[in-house]
Amino acid sequence: MGNVLAFLERRDGRIGGAALEVMSVAQRVAIGLGGSAHALVLGGPGASAGVGELARFGAAKVEVGEHDGLAEYTPEAYASVLVERARQGGYAAVFLSASAVGRDLAPRLAALLDVPLATDVTAVEVVDGRLRVERPVYSGKAFAQIEIDASPALVSMRPNAFPATESAAAGTVAVFTPAVDPAALRTRVVERKLASRGAVDVSEATTIVSGGRGMKDAAQWHLLEALRDALGPDVALGASRAVVDAGWRPHAEQVGQTGKTVAPKLYLAVGISGAIQHLAGMRTAKTIVAINRDADAPIFQVADYGIVGDLFEVLPRLTAEIKSLRAGS
Amino acid sequence: MRTIVCLKRVPDTETRIRIDSSGVKVDPAGVKYVISPYDEYAIELALRAKEAAGQGEVELVTYGEPAAQEALRKGLAMGADSALLLTGEPGLDGLATAKTLAAELRGADAPLVLFGVKAADDDLQQVGPMFATLVGRACVTGVASFTLQADKVTCEREVDGATEVVEAQLPAVLTITKGPHEPRLASLKGIMAAKKKPLVEKPAAASPARVRILALREPAPRPAGRIVGQGPDAVPELVRLLRDEAKAI
Repeated sequence: MGNVLAFLERRDGRIGGAALEVMSVAQRVAIGLGGSAHALVLGGPGASAGVGELARFGAAKVEVGEHDGLAEYTPEAYASVLVERARQGGYAAVFLSASAVGRDLAPRLAALLDVPLATDVTAVEVVDGRLRVERPVYSGKAFAQIEIDASPALVSMRPNAFPATESAAAGTVAVFTPAVDPAALRTRVVERKLASRGAVDVSEATTIVSGGRGMKDAAQWHLLEALRDALGPDVALGASRAVVDAGWRPHAEQVGQTGKTVAPKLYLAVGISGAIQHLAGMRTAKTIVAINRDADAPIFQVADYGIVGDLFEVLPRLTAEIKSLRAGS
Repeated sequence: MRTIVCLKRVPDTETRIRIDSSGVKVDPAGVKYVISPYDEYAIELALRAKEAAGQGEVELVTYGEPAAQEALRKGLAMGADSALLLTGEPGLDGLATAKTLAAELRGADAPLVLFGVKAADDDLQQVGPMFATLVGRACVTGVASFTLQADKVTCEREVDGATEVVEAQLPAVLTITKGPHEPRLASLKGIMAAKKKPLVEKPAAASPARVRILALREPAPRPAGRIVGQGPDAVPELVRLLRDEAKAI
């Protein structure tokens, strides 16, 4: 049997973004294995709203587990439901996103299913009925092509590394009520302090505006925030290790080997020289723009487009030009 | 109270990675090795927990080559009390690594076992929660700081641009990320003391790996970019290129 399960996250009450990438890959792999792709969505009552859309991205069947205890992500409750579904379905492969939730959830699922886990995968193919995946090691300084000798093959996919491709399937929706016992959970979220602006994690953003030591001072970050706001939604701020170490920015924003490894569609490196450990973390971005005063900075070796100049002059102009472009379109 | 910190010896993050002639391994020539950076944060938090309690021990555990002794000595110099080296060759199968550690530490009398959130070589980001699941401990990932109480541990964790406060029942496993407490440097006195601290080495009860590396490759070189221009006057052309050529905005 070659059926494939895609675990899809709801975010802000809907399915979107990286979940559609996961669905598309699951569908492609299912075809390669001669099976069909199923989707699993978990959430509180009403979580099934809008899941019919998944048919367009290849879901032959969408299973939705609704329970009050699943309204917010908790690793133990989600893992227990997911492992049961994965076992019952006898899947050849299980895919999820290497999002913040996926990174927390997938290892527990792997241990419960007693199968290895390929994390943060950037390429997937089926060769002779077996799954072959590629994933970065050393934060992207190298890539390892690996084969997993276990069933199901469990894979977490790097956000933004795969296209969301439309491919129609039946998309029957089945809602079920899983057994969840909140009292059995050994961890409990007691407080959630939101960051200043909507929560776009730097590892999932489609565009990243990243600042380095060239910004001179933490107080100058309003220039990057203005550019971020001009670029629209799904844009996150990033930072080099130097400015995180200096305490200008939180570690959650750090891009590089001791921070996040990212693959956005657009990466703007502002005042970042391009240390090897930073380049490792962002070099798979689709388009890289560098703005730096030093024409010899290593960042220009990976940038598609560069401007050599004083960022304090270039940034406001760039923000203004993008704003007027948006206003005109 | 004993706290166990599982650490890994990895190439320094500033090191250039070269693939050897086998095509499936990294060439160790000229590579400088360090304690994986997140593991250093884990050691720091373990030492702080011990200092806050005014008693206890910090035990370091690693699964790796005999040369990992050097990393353990460094952790002992930071202030850990003892170290255990399980010799073997961990690979890209994190579950095999977690099982190997679980075989040794399953019944460990330690309320907390800490891991770095990920190792800076294989980037697996999985061994800690796998270990916790195998041995039946609660687990919180991506912890920046924590406070230990009698029956629970309260953790601050980073997630999606927010900070969460999570309580976990003991015994627990925490995976540690960079937080407010920078790892301390070993003092000369610490380095001298580390030489006399117990470091036990024994072969790991290794679990077989089910992940096979077919090939390692260097990242594809990026096509040569171009300098659009100098200063703010180059901005309109940059925006045009991003819109029309790269279709990135």
